[in-house]
Amino acid sequence: MREFDYQRAHDVAGAVALLGTDPDTRFLGGGTNLVDLMKSGVERPARLVDIRELPLDDVESTPEGGLRIGATVTNADLAAHPEVRRRYPALAQAVLAGASGQLRNMATVGGNLLQRTRCGYFTDVTRPCNKRLPGSGCPAVQGEHHNHAILGASDHCVAVHPSDMAVALTAFDAVVHFETADGPGRLPLADFYLPVGDTPHRETALPPGALITGVTLPPAPVAARSRYRKVRERASYAFAIGSLAAALDIRDGVVRDARLAFGAVASRPWRALAAERVLVGAAAGAEAYAAAADAELAAARPLPHNGYKVDLMRNLVVAVLSELAEEAAR
Amino acid sequence: MTAATTETAAHAPVVGTGHTRIEGRDKVTGAARYAAEVPFAGLAHGWLVLSTVARGRIRALDTDRVLAMPGVLAVLDHRNALRLTTDYTGLLGTRPDPTCAVFQHDRVPHLGWPVALVVAETSEQAREAAEALVVHYEQEPHDIELTAEHPGAYPVDGHMPAVTGKGDLEAGLAASAVVVDAEYTTPEEHHNPMEPHAATARWDGGRLEVIDSNQGVTWVVGELANLFSLDPAAVRVRSEHVGGGFGSKGVRAHQVAAVMAATLLQRPVRVVLTRRQMFSLAGYRSPTTQRVRLGAGPDGRLVALEHRSISLTSTVHEFVEPSAAVARVMYDADAHHTANRVVRLDVPTPTWMRAPGEAPGSFALEAALDELAEKCGIDPVELRLRNEPERGPVSGLPFAGRNLAACFREGARRFGWADRDRRPRQRRDGRWLLGTGTAAASFPSGAAPSTATATAHPDGTFTVRISAADIGTGARTALGLVAADALQVPPDRIRVRIGDSDFGPAMIAGGSMGTRSWSWAVKAAAGELRERLALGADIPPEGVTVRSDTTEAIGSLAPAERHSFGAQFAEVAVDPATGEVRVRRMLGIFAAGRIVNPLTARNQFRGGMIWGISMALHEEAVRDRASGGPVGADLAGYHVATHADVPHIEADWIDDTDPEDPVGIKGIGEIGIVGAAAAVANAVWHATGVRHRSLPIRPDRVLSAPGPAGAPDA
Repeated sequence: MREFDYQRAHDVAGAVALLGTDPDTRFLGGGTNLVDLMKSGVERPARLVDIRELPLDDVESTPEGGLRIGATVTNADLAAHPEVRRRYPALAQAVLAGASGQLRNMATVGGNLLQRTRCGYFTDVTRPCNKRLPGSGCPAVQGEHHNHAILGASDHCVAVHPSDMAVALTAFDAVVHFETADGPGRLPLADFYLPVGDTPHRETALPPGALITGVTLPPAPVAARSRYRKVRERASYAFAIGSLAAALDIRDGVVRDARLAFGAVASRPWRALAAERVLVGAAAGAEAYAAAADAELAAARPLPHNGYKVDLMRNLVVAVLSELAEEAAR
Repeated sequence: MTAATTETAAHAPVVGTGHTRIEGRDKVTGAARYAAEVPFAGLAHGWLVLSTVARGRIRALDTDRVLAMPGVLAVLDHRNALRLTTDYTGLLGTRPDPTCAVFQHDRVPHLGWPVALVVAETSEQAREAAEALVVHYEQEPHDIELTAEHPGAYPVDGHMPAVTGKGDLEAGLAASAVVVDAEYTTPEEHHNPMEPHAATARWDGGRLEVIDSNQGVTWVVGELANLFSLDPAAVRVRSEHVGGGFGSKGVRAHQVAAVMAATLLQRPVRVVLTRRQMFSLAGYRSPTTQRVRLGAGPDGRLVALEHRSISLTSTVHEFVEPSAAVARVMYDADAHHTANRVVRLDVPTPTWMRAPGEAPGSFALEAALDELAEKCGIDPVELRLRNEPERGPVSGLPFAGRNLAACFREGARRFGWADRDRRPRQRRDGRWLLGTGTAAASFPSGAAPSTATATAHPDGTFTVRISAADIGTGARTALGLVAADALQVPPDRIRVRIGDSDFGPAMIAGGSMGTRSWSWAVKAAAGELRERLALGADIPPEGVTVRSDTTEAIGSLAPAERHSFGAQFAEVAVDPATGEVRVRRMLGIFAAGRIVNPLTARNQFRGGMIWGISMALHEEAVRDRASGGPVGADLAGYHVATHADVPHIEADWIDDTDPEDPVGIKGIGEIGIVGAAAAVANAVWHATGVRHRSLPIRPDRVLSAPGPAGAPDA
């Protein structure tokens, strides 16, 4: 691997200044993804700026009744936080469904949002990949893609985003806060990840030189009854082949509010707004849940070997919403 | 001190009692040094460069730029490497795999073929330079796809005849009341030992010394001496601690490249494989496509049996995964036909991997037996009991002990099998469908010639030396127990030294034959030493040493069907909405000879069974058709069972001492995986009513399968 310089930042302004506009510098959080990518040669930074000592490791309530989560809060601390567990249980469940205990102790919230796809072609520098080397091609479209995207992909890239945490954050309208040399900025998570199009190497709308400082969750009473279900190819320590963050508010047999986000189906966490529109106002029940799933999955464009994901997501929506409804009825 | 050292108070036998590993403390505290950790002054580091095309020729290597990089000492490739001898037959009766004979020509027979070694002062410099080396290829079209109907398939003998046959198969099938005809497939699977392959080579006073991680120092000495045209006595290989091998740790490209570089540079050179390189260079289990046809009477008794298997190998070396051979041991029929065929493709050479042949073969055969039980309406355990052969179905030889029926009876009792409803899809627990399955297991039991020494010291202690390998099995500890009983002294008075070729030739840790072969030699040496000491001779300062060689004793064993046997039981849960399969409990009962150390033996059986879960549900290496290379060649892309996948697993055994073995051992290394995947797959059928004939049974396959499990909660 390439030799690199290492610097440690002590405050946000200092971190931003150290990064500057150098395209060969990366922020180092927990390193659970970046260091792997450096070993495999996908990332070859000349300089790392360690941001783990920045004072961004708190989870606090906002005056509006939401939460503000610092960028360097570890995944383990986030999942264990009592207010996260009480107000956004699906978020805690999503984080705990990811990686392993050791990795969650290291991985940070900011890094989790910015982790890269685990597509086997992306991580192998000897193969073409439009995300890693723009214009080189996407072997996954004709090759191994059983865990690739069914929604929002393009001929240029069919990789999926690996995060579990970001799926739950997407369901609850999280907003990403960042800092640049020009001052602070914010991006709703819905706009944070860019559409794939013909530029799969451009993954986020973060401006150059930006440091993620935190994520805010607006108040969402519906989230108190929420759930994250992850399906993977072994019981632990694997990325999802399909996952669902869901929240449901039923009164008098009618769905008043619903939040749905899909994981492992697209290049980004997939907010299922079409499904939510079908659900809100509908009579609660398996029929409405299936109709909601179908409304969202109508846009699915599966590849030859990942069509099962359409069935999987439909089944997950029906199963998880039914469980939430049952829980509410108890 | 005198010979009275062995005349202790009545010695209570220790073989058969549980003992923690001698080296366990060293391993958990980090004191145990593995091959890549042994320090050397002046050590240089080599990094292998692997081909990025699947077939063709090397046109050019841009070595000049790389040689100018910081710390780089040399680049070895086919233009400047030492010439090797490959015209020989090694210890295990096989010709060398040309993949190990690195840098001898410009041809590239598969993706991941070693094309150069970059040597530098540090490992990081070597890696950076190796990754910067530009290699130009003349690329040719490749073929990597194994299909049942591949026109290039041909029978290959390997360690056994490729084809056996008796009786009229078609007539037998036509006359059968019940017929099963099914095709089963297993994917490419990799050993993935925890410790990657690593070797350091150096010349020391005219002798070649290699610090290595391997399954047999005698084996590796022989290969290196042959390849480099050296006197075997001029080669010393040591391999003290080995973090798993499973068949992958013989001679490989990295040892040969390290010797070449050490010879060129005249300083110690270390070469370590990365996990990703291991997917191309460490060997693997070939995928298989197997067809099983069974014909039986209404009572389930077999009248016709056919088991055909196709596996693949590289274009440079013939290796056969003999999956169809398992039927030659397990079941008889008047018409009985088996065949192992091979297709040569542009892929790396596969090799032995835990229970070669038996692991994939038992999946197909034991799944087919389960299908036969279903069709006949007979309990699967009862079906197997009805088909117990008297003699070897193909050899006609008597079985030197076949306690399979006893394993099934004991297993069925402990598993609660009698209460099972034979109909599928009858039990449910919330979102999960539950089912149970069973399968039989067998693996050959053998011993190979070995030498050992036992030394009595004046202080009343003893040293046993043998070129054995402890690849995580607990062999070192087991050999200490065997020696203790032979000497009739407590095991803490015995030092066991292994993993050094200077101790004399011995069998490898492989074929489930290691502990049996070494114990034979250790018991012979230690037993004779005890007799010698009993005569009352004084023990001089250098000690009294007795050397044993079991060649003659092993050669005089009469031919017989010698195998370990076992019965596997599994309970699984399947969520039909998501396709998830979880194993809830497993039980394996084995008849595998005398158990030397129950603590480590249980560990080894359970390890095999866990691998069976992994084989049934998780493991599958994917090869990209366009490039010919592996996709996701790391432990994130290649899934093995995690702790969360491993439920309560019980492994136990019945009394099955082998009367012809001095210690009574048969061998336990591999049988734990045999039949385990079939038991899981049969349980998945019982849970869902759907047969899964292709491994692994991934969620996408459960969801996509036609039949009741394809629909959410039908």
